[in-house]
Amino acid sequence: MSISATINGPVRAVPTWPIYLGSLAYAGWLLWLGIDGRLGPNPVEALEHALGEAGLYVLIAGLAITPLRRLTGINLLKFRRAVGLCGFFFVTLHLMTWAVLDVQALDRVWADILKRPYITVGMVAFVLMIPLALTSNYWSVRRMGGSWRTLHKLTYVAVLLGGVHYLMLVKGWQIRPMIFVAIIITLLLLRLLKRPRAARS
Amino acid sequence: MAYRWKNTLKESDVTSEAVFLDRRRLMAGMAGSIAAGALAAPAAAMGPSATAEMGEPNSWEDITSYNNFYEFGTGKGDPARYAHLLTTKPWSVKIDGLVDNPGDYAFEDIMAKMTIEERIYRFRCVERWAMIVPWNGFELADLLALAGVQSDAKYVAFETALRPDEMPGVSQPVIDWPYVEGLRLDEAMHPLTFVATGIYGKDIPNQNGAPLRLVVPWKYGYKSIKSIVRITLTDREPPTAWNKYSAREYGFYSNVNPNRAHPRWSQEYEQLLGQGLFAEKIPTRMFNGYEEEVASLYEGMDLIEYH
Repeated sequence: MSISATINGPVRAVPTWPIYLGSLAYAGWLLWLGIDGRLGPNPVEALEHALGEAGLYVLIAGLAITPLRRLTGINLLKFRRAVGLCGFFFVTLHLMTWAVLDVQALDRVWADILKRPYITVGMVAFVLMIPLALTSNYWSVRRMGGSWRTLHKLTYVAVLLGGVHYLMLVKGWQIRPMIFVAIIITLLLLRLLKRPRAARS
Repeated sequence: MAYRWKNTLKESDVTSEAVFLDRRRLMAGMAGSIAAGALAAPAAAMGPSATAEMGEPNSWEDITSYNNFYEFGTGKGDPARYAHLLTTKPWSVKIDGLVDNPGDYAFEDIMAKMTIEERIYRFRCVERWAMIVPWNGFELADLLALAGVQSDAKYVAFETALRPDEMPGVSQPVIDWPYVEGLRLDEAMHPLTFVATGIYGKDIPNQNGAPLRLVVPWKYGYKSIKSIVRITLTDREPPTAWNKYSAREYGFYSNVNPNRAHPRWSQEYEQLLGQGLFAEKIPTRMFNGYEEEVASLYEGMDLIEYH
């Protein structure tokens, strides 16, 4: 039995709900640390950054599922919806933390979205994810048919913009956001490789 | 010297760490019961006394755990984690250029000649956070007097130590190392311009720029260069680290100015540190609240252009 088959068997038995519960628990824990004064002298920034990074990590994990299957045969497709929705959950909390706890005024939020390119980019990424989150259910998949796949290709744009948003906001030439963007681009480029089945024939 | 800056705050105005921590605990408790907003301590409240206007100094913990010192890494906690690697004894500062007495000045010799006083200053980072810090140290003008500034000097250039073996952050080209800064001579001679060698009466920790760092309270924090190894008097405007990275974002002057946005973010408001998750932002003040003392230095200058 191949390694992928060995993994795929037990994975089929693993439910998806721990992903939702884990994400909820992590966000709740971060918020609690902040309220309890354990996020350092600048808890708003710490919370905002932790949520934004969690969003990026989770969305990048989501982008890795398809290449992983194509390259290794390991099939984690059943988790893709949960991963995508949890990524959206973290990004939404990140945005809310920024707007409510950080900027604290609607006019300033609006001004930043219009005037500050890294915020514009982040905001576009968020807006692109809204229809994806809304159609992440069996009913939408059935109703939309082929157009569902096309619509969900927006994920590629949204995650890439998320990485660029991070790259644009740091001071100096920092390596970390560059690594994030490089990983995202790699995961997107891997999709251009031929599918294994086509390659075999 | 024309006049010396009068510090209206005394050691007795500094909240002792114990009292501060008690207060902090109380506030943290309140934060738990009041779920949102309006909890911030009245840090910016105006009052007759300087203490009220300034607010409480931040805790030792806040001041020494949340730092930008990219030589030790770009994370706020990196300097506190890695700065212990820096050897600060022995330490000397090379003072050269347009001075009568150029040479290497040993840190101990400098300290022996300076009168150490306390200055409680607001410290405003370009990233929009602010602290109130009880520094100990001396006026830069007194150190420059020791070296004897020549009449054709117009600027002062500063340089931070660059030691790849002791500074894990410099392996990455975040900015062009070594870190350099500069002031116009009149800014450098201003009585507010301070060289800090301590905080809360203790030796300044490495993450805050030991053994001696500049403090220019009306400018963004990056002007207040840390762990200085060289001071050069010159007749032309010296290059400065962040200005070399992006002149559009970081000007030579870098005076705190709510009307001049950083291209990537507004500078109209700021976050005083240590106020909890639901703290209100406070308006940024021109020259970080030191307008009365320093505005005359820039008379007739367009502070948007010369930002």
